Amino acid sequence: MALSSRRTARRLAADAGLLAVAAAFVLPLAWVVLSALDPRAGLRVKAPDGLTLDHFDAILTDEITFTPLLNSLVLCGGATALTVVCAALAAYPLSRFHSRLNRPFLLTILFATSLPITAIMVPVYALFVRVDLIDTMQGTVFFFAASQLPFAIWLMKNFMDGVPKELEEAAWTDGASSLQSLARIVLPLMGPGVAVVTVFSFVMMWGNFFVPFMLLLTPDQMPASVSINDFFGNRGMVAYGQLAAFSIVYSTPVILLYVLIARRLGGGFALGGAVKG
Amino acid sequence: MSDGARRLLPRFLPLTPALALLLLFLAGPIAYCVLIAFTDLQLTGQAEESFVGLENFRRAFGDEDFLNAVWLTVVFTVLSSLVGQNTLGLALASLMRRASKPVRTLTGGIVVTAWVLPEVVAGFLLYAFFRREGTLNAVLDLLHLPSQNWLYTLPILAVSFANVWRGTAFSMLVYSAALDEIPKEITEAAEVDGAGGWRRMWHITLPMIRRSIGTNLMLNTLQTLSVFGLIWVMTRGGPGGKSQTLPLFMYEQAFQNSLIGYGTAVALLLLLVGSLFSLVYLRLLRTEV
Repeated sequence: MALSSRRTARRLAADAGLLAVAAAFVLPLAWVVLSALDPRAGLRVKAPDGLTLDHFDAILTDEITFTPLLNSLVLCGGATALTVVCAALAAYPLSRFHSRLNRPFLLTILFATSLPITAIMVPVYALFVRVDLIDTMQGTVFFFAASQLPFAIWLMKNFMDGVPKELEEAAWTDGASSLQSLARIVLPLMGPGVAVVTVFSFVMMWGNFFVPFMLLLTPDQMPASVSINDFFGNRGMVAYGQLAAFSIVYSTPVILLYVLIARRLGGGFALGGAVKG
Repeated sequence: MSDGARRLLPRFLPLTPALALLLLFLAGPIAYCVLIAFTDLQLTGQAEESFVGLENFRRAFGDEDFLNAVWLTVVFTVLSSLVGQNTLGLALASLMRRASKPVRTLTGGIVVTAWVLPEVVAGFLLYAFFRREGTLNAVLDLLHLPSQNWLYTLPILAVSFANVWRGTAFSMLVYSAALDEIPKEITEAAEVDGAGGWRRMWHITLPMIRRSIGTNLMLNTLQTLSVFGLIWVMTRGGPGGKSQTLPLFMYEQAFQNSLIGYGTAVALLLLLVGSLFSLVYLRLLRTEV
């Protein structure tokens, strides 16, 4: 009896602690939801003076929402496709064939996953000016893909190691090339793994601000991560309700995608092989 | 060509697209970074840059604004990553093991949402939170505590808290996974022997998860070193450079002052510090690659 009541007391204490942290964490999130619906939104969390969808109405125009979101989709979609294809191709020999170069290559990749990409944005800008890739979607897509590749290769290789090699050996004896067995046997078997790499790459790029901020100049090409800045400055007075509404529209896709893969990333989530220690 | 090479080459052919991208768009810029850090390349009004040797670095270490940025980067990293994200993440993970399921799910969901939000959105939410007329001061007023203009008086503290808000989920997930791996028998045995919560934490839990702590600290630090958007949105590094960490200083030198060479030298220093942490992280990991 004494033990179980002590357990209960401990659970209540833990609940109270967690709820206190949750309350502190939820305030900024509550602001964005309440302000998006509040006809007189300000900077402070408060019960809305009535509910309205006017802010959403006001921002759902080509100029404010659809063009930037489409740009984000083109940029992140293109870069994600490139990343996933290159990572799948690269991971295959690393996972299947042994060579003395595998280990140093993988260590270099792992090292690169944790380099601060922010640091090289100024030289990347200078380089892009020199080779005429500045302010081009394709240049930005290439850089995005390259910056995401080390982690994508690492993750893909780990997922691929989970597919037993025996399944392919039969195909090989029948004369299938390694590309055929990759496409027909390995990738279909590691479908969830490919999905994780795809969604994760997409989510990382969707939220990235500094890369397009540096490499794109023309306003029509700006993705949502940069165009959101226009709510300050360019349009005069800050319309906080509209800013909040836009934040919600822009964040929703990544939250949904994250929920989709959360279970697989879950507790053992291996960012850069991080948790393997 | 030897037999071995002839056999191996086609096998490793699929690596080429990835290799080409990595060399052209990642290794290339890093090499270019090393190159122009030693020049006086400027944004405008200069026909040709020239090699200036270590001048940019000498200039940096004599530049008060640079030293200020170094100091603020240290403060930002220690406050938000070492102390904030790491400790709070561990505390949340261990509280979650005892808490009831609905509370656990609710708290986890809220903390993870803060982490998943795009960087700039997180920046705006915390900008609104810390502004003079924002939510934090409303809460302080309610509690009859003195309020102030946080983004003006203590900007580095505000952006550090913002980084804790945004980044804690990662540590929480890492530590939840690590704590799950500790065998129940060990903690239960210690409990029967009369070891209290703090002693169990100090003598059993922490030593058993020390490798997770190490890798988590390294990754948090690397993450924090490269924060740009969050601070940019909240304060632009101001007022008067009071929240200007190295990435923002680098940006300002390169683009507001048009000194690409100097900005790149700062970038190279940041990259070197990052590489150092990355190497330590690899050491800690000692994976069976």
